[in-house]
Amino acid sequence: MNRLALTGICKQYPGCMANDGVDLTVGEGEIHALLGENGAGKSTLMKIIYGVVKPDAGAFLWEGKPITVSGPSHARRLGIGMVFQHFSLFETLTVVENIALSLPKAQSRDMMALSSRISDVSQHYGMALDPQRYVHTLSVGEQQRVEIVRCLLQDIKLLILDEPTSVLTPQEVKGLFATLNQLASEGCSILFISHKLDEVTELCHSATILRQGKVSGHCDPQQVSSHDIARLMVGDDTPLNQDYQKVEGGSVVLDIADLNFKSDDPFACEIKQLHLKVKSGEILGIAGVAGNGQDELMRLLSGEETTSADAIRLLNKNIGALEPIARRQLGFAFVPEERLGRGAVPDMSLEKNTLLSSAHLGLVKNGWINIEKVKNLGQHILDKYKVKSAGLHAQAKSLSGGNLQKFILGREIEQDPKLLACSHPTWGVDIGAAVLIRHALIALRDKGAAIIVVSEDIDELYQICDRLCAICDGQLSPIKNTQDINIEQLGQWMAGQFKSSDQPAVTGAPEYV
Amino acid sequence: MFKLEKRPFDSKVMSYCSPLIALVLTLFFGGLLFASLGHNPFEALYTFFIMPLSDAYGLTELGMKVAPLLLCAMGLSICFKAKIWNIGAEGQFIMGGLGGGFMALQFLNAESSWVLLPILLFGALCGLAWAGLAALLKTKFHANEILTTIMLNYIALNALLWGVHGPLKDPNGFNFPESAMFADAAILPLLHQDYRLTIAIFFGLFAMVAIWTLLSRSWLGFQIQVLGEDKAAAHYAGFKENKLVWFALLMCGALAGLAGVSEVVGPIGQLIPYISPGYGYAAIIVVFLGRMHPLGILLASMLMGLTYMGGEMVQIEMSLPKSITGLFQGMLLFFLLASDLLISYRIIKVKKENTNQSATASSAV
Repeated sequence: MNRLALTGICKQYPGCMANDGVDLTVGEGEIHALLGENGAGKSTLMKIIYGVVKPDAGAFLWEGKPITVSGPSHARRLGIGMVFQHFSLFETLTVVENIALSLPKAQSRDMMALSSRISDVSQHYGMALDPQRYVHTLSVGEQQRVEIVRCLLQDIKLLILDEPTSVLTPQEVKGLFATLNQLASEGCSILFISHKLDEVTELCHSATILRQGKVSGHCDPQQVSSHDIARLMVGDDTPLNQDYQKVEGGSVVLDIADLNFKSDDPFACEIKQLHLKVKSGEILGIAGVAGNGQDELMRLLSGEETTSADAIRLLNKNIGALEPIARRQLGFAFVPEERLGRGAVPDMSLEKNTLLSSAHLGLVKNGWINIEKVKNLGQHILDKYKVKSAGLHAQAKSLSGGNLQKFILGREIEQDPKLLACSHPTWGVDIGAAVLIRHALIALRDKGAAIIVVSEDIDELYQICDRLCAICDGQLSPIKNTQDINIEQLGQWMAGQFKSSDQPAVTGAPEYV
Repeated sequence: MFKLEKRPFDSKVMSYCSPLIALVLTLFFGGLLFASLGHNPFEALYTFFIMPLSDAYGLTELGMKVAPLLLCAMGLSICFKAKIWNIGAEGQFIMGGLGGGFMALQFLNAESSWVLLPILLFGALCGLAWAGLAALLKTKFHANEILTTIMLNYIALNALLWGVHGPLKDPNGFNFPESAMFADAAILPLLHQDYRLTIAIFFGLFAMVAIWTLLSRSWLGFQIQVLGEDKAAAHYAGFKENKLVWFALLMCGALAGLAGVSEVVGPIGQLIPYISPGYGYAAIIVVFLGRMHPLGILLASMLMGLTYMGGEMVQIEMSLPKSITGLFQGMLLFFLLASDLLISYRIIKVKKENTNQSATASSAV
């Protein structure tokens, strides 16, 4: 008997059909992958299973019986647990307090007993966890363990994980997979949501692939090549990944020497003794788990935060204390992580968003905007970077993530920068747009610009970067040519195993035993 | 069964219809109000909205109300575009009137109309300085401008009361809390000798065109709009937030101050305890009713001006209290805010059986 069987699930949102007749079956002790691009309907389907969203139509069979999940607490009583991509933990509470909050009263009353249960469960599954520690002192990987242990404390029959590996180092991923395999062998079913094909091939017994709200195929990931799975995910007309030649850079464009920075924000990461050189005509990739100082470094580069003038030098000029506009005039351009609400103003037209960071290109004269020039530049960006939109008057928020990212990247590249900083260039972007974006970055590199790419997508870093390093806890690892560093070493760097011995790696390498 | 559903995109049509819906609802409930007071609602609404405009005198009187409303509202529109919630136009108006009136009192024997220049400038400067206090508190101490500007309104009002009860009181005025009448040369020229409308209406229209141009064509105006729409994007682009806050508040203060001084050296002609029937507050409604667009603001300030005249008219014709003006203004804002919900939401009809949550039901919406 199947543990979970869904047939003909439909969910309509205003303006889009999120799920359109989706079928899904998960057997006992099976690790089932749910694959699909962003916007394919994976999240909606999971939320339907977990009772957060009610389907418009379709049948829901749980252990052979038709039921209606009335909400997450009902789902938990049935034995369904879920680990969301964004954790729902209180940073100022301890592990045991966080877990107690989600349990029924009877179980959470005795905190001592709960503590020892947490220790037992986490040890049994090889996930070291101290129940008394405060959540904000935990690494992201450890926080994820809290979420998983929280699910395991109940009598769990189906565990849903939403892109669990996107926040982990490669070593942590291995540990997680060991835990999941152990769980499955004890009869727990696992629904594993991802878009990383190699992980699915390694871990999962079967896979369901979604595209545009519909099931586009089922397969056994052990039997089918990842290329074929990718085809099922994106359709036939999109080009897939390709490799680019690695090159040596020329003269130094950006020189960061002994950069130290502590922000006012108590939860921000402190940048410590950071040294970095980027040369013309090369792409430098910075890997790292989110929240290890990437954002702070990028703000210091863009001028949204300033520091001492000589800490950051662009083309032999001290720029550390300059405002963003002055840096742009010297040839800096920046694609931020947040597209809507930083890189582009959601409610403004693309025309106005063109002007946002390009005023120094002669679009403003004596304080007055040259509307004709802005329109020409905007239209040029739309055409050259194949931005699908209703035209220049369309609001930025009406564009899909991929098209908006193409627009922002195009806007920055058209400023002909000497140095381009780029945060998560293809995060949440469909494969077609991702290919175009990578092409554009390589073309800019070949024109002689220096490029810094910060990303959590290691495959992408290996694909486009000429040199690689990792950032952990505000410190930068050594930098090596991409060919000379394997993924294991990069993973260790991401976990902080490059720091000098006088600093015990407190935060580093939280390993799943 | 009806249900509210979020629209995929904000409705442009609805954002223009919403003020009209609000107006219709205000008329309807205003009619009900009159009926409950024992008057024929149609007759009363006619008296309130149409009768004031039935002759040239009425139209010029309307212009007299529109001038200060338009000045204040255009100033506020800069602030609101930047999402700086300046509620202090009233206080800036009063300080402008007080400062301008003080200056006019220095020229009691003036013969030349040139004295108007320092009077108007000083009035605008006082309004500007009053808004500057709020800007200083906001940029230096992160004090919420809503609270500071409201409090500054009360301080301004009390400063005016102190002035007319104290140092600025007319020594020959039989102890009435009023200043001396200003010299004729220190009074704004009238458009026509038979009516009370002064050239202040041109100040308002000029401000409208100037700010329209500023916001739609200038780099500064663009930065103000970006700051209001999306602070993170403004920082990303490198716009200086504090500079923009100062500019918006000072600009608004100067315009409201100009409105205030134009009022005391216009129709009033002296300093009295109450120089504003709440123009600074009504201008807030005007800005939202006019969708922050200059033409909309012009229309809305005419409507709002009409509510002042209507209130006076029903007081004269039907001996109803003048405070009905405030009721109508309040209803307009209330219904406007309510109808604005329909910009991002729509009402859809839901079939009864679909509300029974049943995952197995095969019927789609």
